[in-house]
Amino acid sequence: MFEDLRDLYQEVIFDHNRNPRNFRVMENANRQVEGFNPLCGDRLTLYLKIDDHVISDASFQGSGCAISTASVSLMTEIVKGKTEAEADALFKQFHEMTTGKSEEINLEAIGKLAVLAGVREYPARVKCATLAWHTLDAALKNEAQSISTE
Amino acid sequence: MTTFPIEKIRADFPILGEKIRNKPLVYLDNAASCQKPQAVIDSIVHTYSHEYANIHRGVHTLSVKATDKFEGAREKVRAFINAASTKEIVFVRGATEAINLVAQSYGRPQFKAGDEIVISAMEHHANIVPWQMLCQQTGTVLKVAPMSRQGELLFDEFEQLLNGKTKLVAITHMSNALGTINPVEKIVAAAHAKNIPVLLDGAQAIPHMSVDVQALGCDFYVFSSHKLYGPSGVGVLYGKQALLEAMPPYQGGGDMIRKVTFAETEYAGLPQKFEAGTPAIAEIIGLGAAIDYVTAIGMENIAAYEAALLEYATEQAQQIKGLNIIGQAAHKGGILSFTLDRIHPHDIGTMLDSLGIAIRAGHHCAMPVMDFYGVPATARASFAMYNTREEIDVLMQGIKSLIEVFG
Repeated sequence: MFEDLRDLYQEVIFDHNRNPRNFRVMENANRQVEGFNPLCGDRLTLYLKIDDHVISDASFQGSGCAISTASVSLMTEIVKGKTEAEADALFKQFHEMTTGKSEEINLEAIGKLAVLAGVREYPARVKCATLAWHTLDAALKNEAQSISTE
Repeated sequence: MTTFPIEKIRADFPILGEKIRNKPLVYLDNAASCQKPQAVIDSIVHTYSHEYANIHRGVHTLSVKATDKFEGAREKVRAFINAASTKEIVFVRGATEAINLVAQSYGRPQFKAGDEIVISAMEHHANIVPWQMLCQQTGTVLKVAPMSRQGELLFDEFEQLLNGKTKLVAITHMSNALGTINPVEKIVAAAHAKNIPVLLDGAQAIPHMSVDVQALGCDFYVFSSHKLYGPSGVGVLYGKQALLEAMPPYQGGGDMIRKVTFAETEYAGLPQKFEAGTPAIAEIIGLGAAIDYVTAIGMENIAAYEAALLEYATEQAQQIKGLNIIGQAAHKGGILSFTLDRIHPHDIGTMLDSLGIAIRAGHHCAMPVMDFYGVPATARASFAMYNTREEIDVLMQGIKSLIEVFG
């Protein structure tokens, strides 16, 4: 059963859904943005600590589907230690990967995030995967307290 | 009751033969929209192939034929809900537009600041937002009658909200998110005892039970064609003649006038006064075909068959550990709204879709209901007369399997 869904629900996604990484409130965060997907009610709060343009810590709280939880969990892992510019570049690559704009996925750059490439075949689920990254984008720009994927 | 002709009914709906992701379609999203029988599809093809022209115009043969069919559909709707006159049947785009029409044409000219409108805690956004807009325009206040955890209207609390300031009660006949069937006769009686008119949102109720607006005594009743196996883009506003007569038009344009000069316009009588512009002619005639179809089966038979389906589905669902049914009113229509522990409804929706099962996952245009239960969304299986126990078995097996996969 569910053979057709193997590309979408990979084991890594189940793993991060069951045991989300960096799932905690960050007391000393200097960026905090709430992301909301009104369509499905997914809601997350992203915390970043940025020192001298480097993301020294990232964490989140919230609830969502397996795709959105795995996506934000993976994201907090991968952006730690990256500069703001590097994180922004990752956001753009991730966005291209999940919306299917780039046929070739640059595996080296995207790394573990490639497990989320499957959402491109499920237009209704793309926003689940990109919510975390749009929230990160807002946190990096440091403009809004909350964003919504309309 | 004779045996319900389920096999014949299924054969009448061509889409039920479709494969979805290489699996036979199990369509359980009927509360969002129902599928169409061949008779409705044929009706639309027939109209456009043989009998289409604009209505209420010209003397040419086709226009006369189209007008006859169109007004024939109005008579079918009248008979279906037992309205006193076809003057009380207004064609609109859907139940949503019908409610907006009542808000803007009945409410706006006469409701004042401090007046009150009473709705319930289980309304669809279509029976919330038009009233909020009206409240912003007039200063009228929206009051919300509460419900229990089971999803039943708290009738005493509802009744206490009715007072001299209450100008309208607008309440759903059947909740789309919970399946609750409200005690509408009691609601109408309580409101009328205080001279308060009642609008019933029948969008969910209409395909599941026999509706008699005169027996209900409601002042307005609204529903959409697409949930009654008819075409989309068509809805019905029933209103008591005296109320409709007194209301100004909702939109201006062709077809709703008697005489126009640049100085002034004399409006047409009922129901044309509310039907500006060319309507959805073929779709409205198609709604007539849908009504013929369900009437031939019998609304009582449909209700009894669906009640047995819901009972079976509920029993099966209750046996699944970790499944929580949202909405457990004693009097319910064929809706099974549920959550699964630790599994988001959207994951449920995608997983079931891969098995060919179409359910709805989300807030069902009833965000306040989701807030009440403290969930972001639910999964909802909603049944129609063409669903079977075997399909419910497929659904339950699918749910059990996805619980296993998520671990």
